[in-house]
Amino acid sequence: MSSLLVCASSPTEFPLAFSGKKDRGLLLERLSAMPKLAAVKPASRLEARPTPEMVTSGIRELDELSGGLPRGCLAQICGPASSGRTSILLAALATATQRQEVCALVDVSNALDPLSAAAAGVDFEKLLWVRCGMSTVPFDGLRSLRAGSGGTRNSSTSDYPAIPSLCENDSSAPSGLDHFPLATYGLRRGLHSLAATRLKSRRVSDCKGKFCGTNSLAPDKKKKCAEDRLQQALRVTDLLLHSGGFGLVAIDLGDIPFKEARRIPLTSWFRFQRAVEHTPTVLLVMTQEPLAQSCAALLLKLGASRKKLPAFSSQPSGALPSHAQLLERLHIEGELLRSRLQRKPAGSAKAVLSTKAIRIG
Amino acid sequence: MPFACIFVPNFSVEALLRAEPELRLLAMAVLEGKAPLQKVLAVNERARQAGIETGMAKLQVETCPEIALRACSLLQESAAHAALLDCAQSFSPRVEDAASDTLLLDLAGLEPLLGPVPKIAREIARSASDLGLESNVAVASNPDTALLAARGFSGITVIAEGKEAEQLGSLPVEVMSGNATAGENERDAAQILETLRRWGVRNLRALAALPEIALSERLGQTGVRLQQLARGTVSRNLVPVEPPLIFEEAVELEYPLVLLEPLAFLLGRLLEQLCDRLAARALATQELRLKLELENGYRRDDDDMPLAYEDPRPRTIIFQRTLRLPVPLLDSRTFLKLLQLDLKTHPPGAPIIKIHLAAEPVRPRAAQNGLFLPPSPQPEKLEITLAKIMGIVGEDKVGSLQLLDTHRPEGFCMQRFAPDKPFSPQRHPSATLRASSGTEKNHSHCSAQLSSMSRGEFNADPSADLVTALRIFRPPGRVSVTLRNGVPSFIDCAKHPAARGDVLWAAGPWRSSGDWWEKEGWARDEWDIAVQQNAAIAFYRLVRDLLSGRWFLEGEYD
Repeated sequence: MSSLLVCASSPTEFPLAFSGKKDRGLLLERLSAMPKLAAVKPASRLEARPTPEMVTSGIRELDELSGGLPRGCLAQICGPASSGRTSILLAALATATQRQEVCALVDVSNALDPLSAAAAGVDFEKLLWVRCGMSTVPFDGLRSLRAGSGGTRNSSTSDYPAIPSLCENDSSAPSGLDHFPLATYGLRRGLHSLAATRLKSRRVSDCKGKFCGTNSLAPDKKKKCAEDRLQQALRVTDLLLHSGGFGLVAIDLGDIPFKEARRIPLTSWFRFQRAVEHTPTVLLVMTQEPLAQSCAALLLKLGASRKKLPAFSSQPSGALPSHAQLLERLHIEGELLRSRLQRKPAGSAKAVLSTKAIRIG
Repeated sequence: MPFACIFVPNFSVEALLRAEPELRLLAMAVLEGKAPLQKVLAVNERARQAGIETGMAKLQVETCPEIALRACSLLQESAAHAALLDCAQSFSPRVEDAASDTLLLDLAGLEPLLGPVPKIAREIARSASDLGLESNVAVASNPDTALLAARGFSGITVIAEGKEAEQLGSLPVEVMSGNATAGENERDAAQILETLRRWGVRNLRALAALPEIALSERLGQTGVRLQQLARGTVSRNLVPVEPPLIFEEAVELEYPLVLLEPLAFLLGRLLEQLCDRLAARALATQELRLKLELENGYRRDDDDMPLAYEDPRPRTIIFQRTLRLPVPLLDSRTFLKLLQLDLKTHPPGAPIIKIHLAAEPVRPRAAQNGLFLPPSPQPEKLEITLAKIMGIVGEDKVGSLQLLDTHRPEGFCMQRFAPDKPFSPQRHPSATLRASSGTEKNHSHCSAQLSSMSRGEFNADPSADLVTALRIFRPPGRVSVTLRNGVPSFIDCAKHPAARGDVLWAAGPWRSSGDWWEKEGWARDEWDIAVQQNAAIAFYRLVRDLLSGRWFLEGEYD
């Protein structure tokens, strides 16, 4: 040791100079006697990060490929459209809910198909579905004017026939314009737009009133739709993860273009990863491209299988009527890009699986 | 057979102090009457020390610095009386409602449960204090003696059997004035007490020492009864009451509230009082009803607005919110947070002059978590989280799914998320849903499938195929379709630019219709199509609405 070691047990004491082997031993003794340093574990005795508990994803091929989904970690599934991402997400949700775990799905694009979820085996009583996007209830008065409770559609944005309210027990959807027959949808849309105009004008007039403070008891005059659905999803996920007790929290970013999704700051993923760490929660994120980077303990990339024939290859001949053909199954291929369980990148570890189409009605 | 009496001195003052406990450190006077003829009805000890007495005019009282003046509130007195009843009922089921400030309890059989009588008396006083009412508690062998002792002695008094006359002797005869237990006309009793004063009988010892026959000759049976009360020898049965389980708290504000923060402060206090009362009865609540009386509230002229309605009295609007919980809870902080979040989402819109809060009592949740059951969110935390999420995305966008027994597209509704239902093996997935694989299925079989799905019976077979999921476009995009031999050959969707191009493969149509006997009939053709998308192929569901003849892109297979 060429340099001189200087040690001070407290700022008030004079530093002590040591040199030589004897003094070095004395220094180590002094250091070990210091109460603050006594609890410090030497680097040589540090253990490796404990292996996370793995739970089945509900798909045998994926379990064989990745070992399942890690608890207390962030797992990511990415892939383009029609690559089987949603099928795998629903399978994971179904498996978790059948284990009687409470699950949550943050649906950024409001794209969940209830029939597909039911066919996959999801227990709806255990699944919290959060649909992000513009609220259909920006103001209390609009509540009774909306069309339908299940298929809430904004009639001003689509010409699709609005589905009337089907749930008789839905107390939050009092009958207003919902009893109009199909032939009067145009009239209904007109009434909706008229009501929206009235509400808008009233909001403007209310703003001139007395109580407009942020903490005031007056109605909030700000536009509710100002918040981006992505922001909503991040806030909701944060709340869910910090609430605790969920077995699986899934974020569906499948329809969010990569351009928008990559704007999610990396700190958000770190925050989520820290929130689920040491908890039994699996955080499953579904995207088009890898986003969470090193925060993801498991990264699975999906795509259409090239080895097996896709469903559309059975192109009907001209003689065969088109209704004789139906979409039967999709063949998808999963590639493990990252797994915390393995020291080295998984590389070309792949699995091929297929999905089966359902049709009801 | 011991009896206890709870007496709250200065009840009107205590009822107000219960709502504003910070005033206990100040001199306080309660006024009654209409301005400008308001007079002092009751004062606390500090005000009495400052020289303020009952009957003084408001103008006289206002000369005293640092005195808090409050108007007499019947609303808060009734709430305080209900709280006192809850306190008494938490100790004994046999409670007599002697007066608004006085309750009598039968303590028979409580000693093995709660300990000796002095300890029970201390517990009663502590429990009343926890509810915000400082009271005198007396225990005696008969109810009337206990009542006189509670009115005469402050704090806790225990009178041993046989020593009633000795202990009551020092009390002035005025403690018997307005004594409901005397069972006589109050005017007669007041006249007799006046007569006793003129005779020079100042305390109960002197009254007890009077010759009984001579007293009877001069004052009649009322005088004899008063003497028996002074001797502590009256024995009677209690008249128990069965108070209804109504848990309501209210507060009238002197100044209208405009901000949420002070409202939350008052709500927190009311909720604490409600929770204390519910806890005293070993109950919890699953429904909270908040009623706010608004001053000069703007009239919401929509007839579809059930939240506010016009009160018969002029210029007031009643604003109501109801908070329903999936499980019984008893945590005032959770309730406060939920009410805060709810009021933030649904502000009343006008200054508040009166707050009324009621809780629907239910039995508390008896939950025993199994060792091998997976953990689930705590109900209190989950409720707050759900309320926060509703504030972010909207009320109708959070919850659990419920499938409806229909083939109509989007045949589902959202319901309140309550995962804490008890686990039942019948609910466990058992039935297998067979997927249709291209061949047509009869309608009844599909209906059975869907109804089984509605009941929550799902595919639980681990070896079953992965289900091809559909991602729904909400709302569906309008699409222009080019047909060739009746089959879609080219699509162009403005809303989904990726779904544009030649159709590589198409299957269909899958025709369905329903509710044709209703006004809301529907009919549609579904097509499954494959479209080239960059390097990959995307599968979509194309729908033709047969009633309007328009094409829509309903979703994407994924």
